[in-house]
Amino acid sequence: MKKTDVIIIGAGPVGLFAVHQLGLKGLKAEVIDNLDKAGGQCIELYPDKPIYDIPAVPECNGKSLTDNLLKQIEPFKTNIHLNERVQELKEENGNWKIKTSNNNYFLAPNIIIAGGVGSFEPRKLPLKELEKFEGKNVFYSIRDKENLKNKKIAIFGGGDSALDWTLELSKHSKVTLIHRRNEFRGANHTLKEIEKLKQTNKITIKTPYQIASINEGDQLKSISIQNDDGKKERVEVDIVLGFFGLIMQLGPILEWGLNINKKTIEVNTENFQTNKPGIFAIGDICTYPGKLKLILSGFHEAALASVECFRRARPNEKFRFEFTTSSKQIHNRLGVENK
Amino acid sequence: MPKITYIENSGEKKIIEVENGLTVMEGAVQNNVPGIDADCGGGMACATCHVYIQDDWYDKLPKAEDAEQDMIDMAYKPKKNSRLSCQIIINDGMDGLVVTTPERQT
Repeated sequence: MKKTDVIIIGAGPVGLFAVHQLGLKGLKAEVIDNLDKAGGQCIELYPDKPIYDIPAVPECNGKSLTDNLLKQIEPFKTNIHLNERVQELKEENGNWKIKTSNNNYFLAPNIIIAGGVGSFEPRKLPLKELEKFEGKNVFYSIRDKENLKNKKIAIFGGGDSALDWTLELSKHSKVTLIHRRNEFRGANHTLKEIEKLKQTNKITIKTPYQIASINEGDQLKSISIQNDDGKKERVEVDIVLGFFGLIMQLGPILEWGLNINKKTIEVNTENFQTNKPGIFAIGDICTYPGKLKLILSGFHEAALASVECFRRARPNEKFRFEFTTSSKQIHNRLGVENK
Repeated sequence: MPKITYIENSGEKKIIEVENGLTVMEGAVQNNVPGIDADCGGGMACATCHVYIQDDWYDKLPKAEDAEQDMIDMAYKPKKNSRLSCQIIINDGMDGLVVTTPERQT
């Protein structure tokens, strides 16, 4: 179990800046994020799109903003736990204990939820009956392609992931690629390769089709697909793969007893604490009268929340407000020469 | 102001006057029309403002660009008349537009 001053959920820009604000006050943090890299929505949704409203930065993008924030928090040597999702929350003698999807435990007097619009999860096929086959016959991401050899595989989707996996898996398996419209979206050479495989009957392509139903019983053997005109076809399968990108979901945080308002968490505007003492929400995930979902608002929220985190983590010390321009203590924490 | 009809999956109907220049998504969110999540806030990045356009209206609307179609591929149960409501900017010609929200967005 890791003990720290603050557990930060979410390594997006606001979560990263929270590390900075806490670090200036001498507080240690551990950051947990479900994605495989820091940056949150900025990296996942718009790494290359320009951003024009970061104060004193006329133009940047999701990637450069994230890189600069990571550089800014370097002095604090903070652990960022990636590919890990927070699962359970428990109170333990005035501290909060968190269990993650990798069965790691964290303990701290403070939790800052900087989770954006939730954690990124793969979007699933719109058929409830498929749930019980997930992880067995039905997958939305592939960890080990060795298990997918010599099978009958149905791949749903029309983008890069669906196309790349069709190319890869058709080497050893019978692949049917199914998409809701006739156009596919992928790199040019990928599209050409797909066309080649189709011409030589190495793969089957079914468009414009979507999944309609699956066979009954405890074993997945076939699916039924349907086109816009209602025409149905049966496809025999061992494996069904769906590639519909990622969706953001609040997930287990919904069950933590926090006041939720339309997928956001209610906080006060003095220190951005939720209805549970020691649990804070900042950035896009929090709501209060007048809230704007701007990165700069999240930065402000991080600064104010960090003060209350200090009071809770150091109940016997007095909080002193200091400037980075003049504080020797802050300079020491940043590892810069006193000027 | 153009009147937009939002029909929920349950059949519940709401007619809302929406200012020109706003999107069909904004018209819904600002007037508490359920069924449209718009997680990304109109950035064409999430497909959670997915709606079905009433057939006679579909061809009258400006065509969806490729990027929107790519995003609709990700939506929950897309159909031929699917659009992302954040990409439909309302003007006087859209008075009477009817959209239906899907069973769910994710």
